[in-house]
Amino acid sequence: MSSYEYRHYPYQRPPELDGKGKRRPVVIVGAGLAGPTLALALAVRGVASVLLDEDDTVSNGSRSICQAQHSLETWDRFGIAQRMVDKGITWEQGEVYLHDTPIYHFNLAPEPGHKFPAFVNLQQYYVEEYLFDRCLAEKLIDLRFRNKVVGVRPDSKGVVLDVETPDGRYTLEADWLVACDGVRSTVRHLLGLPFPGEVFHDQFLIADIRFTSDLPKERRFWFYPSFHPTNSVLLHRQADNVLRVDFQLGRDADPEEEKKPENVDRRLRQMFGPEATWEHEWCSVYTFTCRMMERFVQGRVIFAGDAAHVVSPFGARGGNAAVADVDNLAWKLARVLDGTSPASLLESYCSERRAAAQENILNSTRSTDFITPKFPASRAFRDATLALAREFPFARSLVNSGRLSVPTIQPGSSIDTPEGDTDWLRGPAPGTAMVDAPVVNGRGGFLVDHVGPGFTLISFAARAVDLPELPAGMTGVMVAREGSAPSGWTALQDRDGLLRQRYDGRAGTAYLIRPDRYVAARWRRPDARELAAALRRATGHG
Amino acid sequence: MAEAATGALRRTLNLRRPDEVYNAIIDAHRDLDDDQCRAFDAGLILLLANHVGDADVIAEALAAARLSLNGGSRAD
Ligand SMILES: Cc1cc2nc3c(=O)[nH]c(=O)nc-3n(C[C@H](O)[C@H](O)[C@H](O)COP(=O)(O)OP(=O)(O)OC[C@H]3O[C@@H](n4cnc5c(N)ncnc54)[C@H](O)[C@@H]3O)c2cc1C
Repeated sequence: MSSYEYRHYPYQRPPELDGKGKRRPVVIVGAGLAGPTLALALAVRGVASVLLDEDDTVSNGSRSICQAQHSLETWDRFGIAQRMVDKGITWEQGEVYLHDTPIYHFNLAPEPGHKFPAFVNLQQYYVEEYLFDRCLAEKLIDLRFRNKVVGVRPDSKGVVLDVETPDGRYTLEADWLVACDGVRSTVRHLLGLPFPGEVFHDQFLIADIRFTSDLPKERRFWFYPSFHPTNSVLLHRQADNVLRVDFQLGRDADPEEEKKPENVDRRLRQMFGPEATWEHEWCSVYTFTCRMMERFVQGRVIFAGDAAHVVSPFGARGGNAAVADVDNLAWKLARVLDGTSPASLLESYCSERRAAAQENILNSTRSTDFITPKFPASRAFRDATLALAREFPFARSLVNSGRLSVPTIQPGSSIDTPEGDTDWLRGPAPGTAMVDAPVVNGRGGFLVDHVGPGFTLISFAARAVDLPELPAGMTGVMVAREGSAPSGWTALQDRDGLLRQRYDGRAGTAYLIRPDRYVAARWRRPDARELAAALRRATGHG
Repeated sequence: MAEAATGALRRTLNLRRPDEVYNAIIDAHRDLDDDQCRAFDAGLILLLANHVGDADVIAEALAAARLSLNGGSRAD
């Protein structure tokens, strides 16, 4: 049915089956989006990991298609983001229709000068394929297919796992276990940990179909179109001329009936008219839940991605949050492993990413309530909003067909330094993600290319000699009008003036950027003591 | 809902010709059935809420409007 050729990755007999195992610093369960991204982010920091997956292939079906800018920036660290951009469909525009009339047009990236677009649409199986290719080429990653975790026994020093393979069962010992094993997490079940949340009963039909004619690049969302008059429909483009059509079916639809190809085709025919031709790629009827674990860190077991929290698909938040989780976790875990930070640093992973999950769930629940109102008054306000939207711009902003994923704000984290200065006109505050801008450094490029993998201080100065003294453990990026970069610093020119603008970067201004590209602190004129204190705090010594 | 800050919502008359405004609202509903009233009121509330623009005022009004459910008594 699918035009994508599912490769089966080779299974290899694990050495533990022949008594040649050794204790591992990190074992990751689950090679979906979170697991391989974590393994690669650890490898960048020199940390070896074993990555286990019960399967031997990529995601079955397209699932996550909207890959957000922040995720692309993360994957760019491993050299695979450009491949995704090249293969995928870049889109920034969307259109919302009421009946058959457009009422609202949006543009997600109103400002130029970012290395990556707001979104690239690429099927999850491609993203995973590129991640797997990169993991298999990485010596520090031991990626094991058809290795299914069936037992977990935590103790004070680590975790003992039972793993099932085609050649039998073995045990694996790890200092840290990271469960990236998805919404039905085996590890969570085995440990008997609750996954509280809300269940939604509306059903949706996904039909991924391959078209040969020209296709729209923008996202389209209809409320009550004439081809599906009682509900909503979402249309989205993917790579290989594949379209995703997502029909809201309501609570009472019969999923088995709806999935029948002749019934799907009947709906599509009404939508695309008599001329169109297509082939089926993937079809699925889904409902969803919003859930979150109470703690993402349970002793030596850490949960990330769908295993720790799930949201509705509206807003493309599931996969992108999974990537942001492990981006937040990787540098902290690496520091705990090499002893440069105390294990308590991981508490900030739990609190920051729980706050993010909460924000995602809130946004996704609001979109869900707009798309599928739960009681008559809710529907009345939704319909009134749509009716007013054509004529009243304010009402367009209330139309909620999914607030698309942007980096969540993690305010008040214990490892960020509260702001002392109050005269900021602009710029990312502590707890928010850094913003990109075009720079010149010999040749053209972007700020994101010069940040990380450790802590980076971005300093604006009139002259290089005015720069603050860098504490150990920090690299510097200087944006100065004169002078060459002292040692430990990289000189960047502000190509279009956007860097100073986006950071409100007057002479003296400095931003401390964490390895996950979040802002840890910012100042108008920091001294060496303040820089060192912020770094101590950000690394769990505060 | 979070406890609304009190004092943001105007409690004294702010209409120059109160009877006219009141009756204009009633008249606008005169030819509507119950479902249409609900749709109409939803649109009206959204338009006015946007015009007011102050989230504290709106929150206080949402709390105060519950008085209309109990004939003016605070118990709800
Ligand atoms: C219809 C649909 C549309 C979506 N659209 C989007 C979107 O546009 N954008 C977005 O960001 N997100 C989207 N999502 C959500 C996204 O697919 C998930 O959030 C994402 O896959 C989560 O990644 P993960 O790595 O946490 O889990 P998964 O990708 O589910 O990976 C879990 C892995 O663990 C493995 N595993 C499970 N149990 C075991 C075990 N016992 N032993 C070994 N391995 C095991 C599985 O084989 C699997 O590979 C969508 C989801 C659906 C269903």
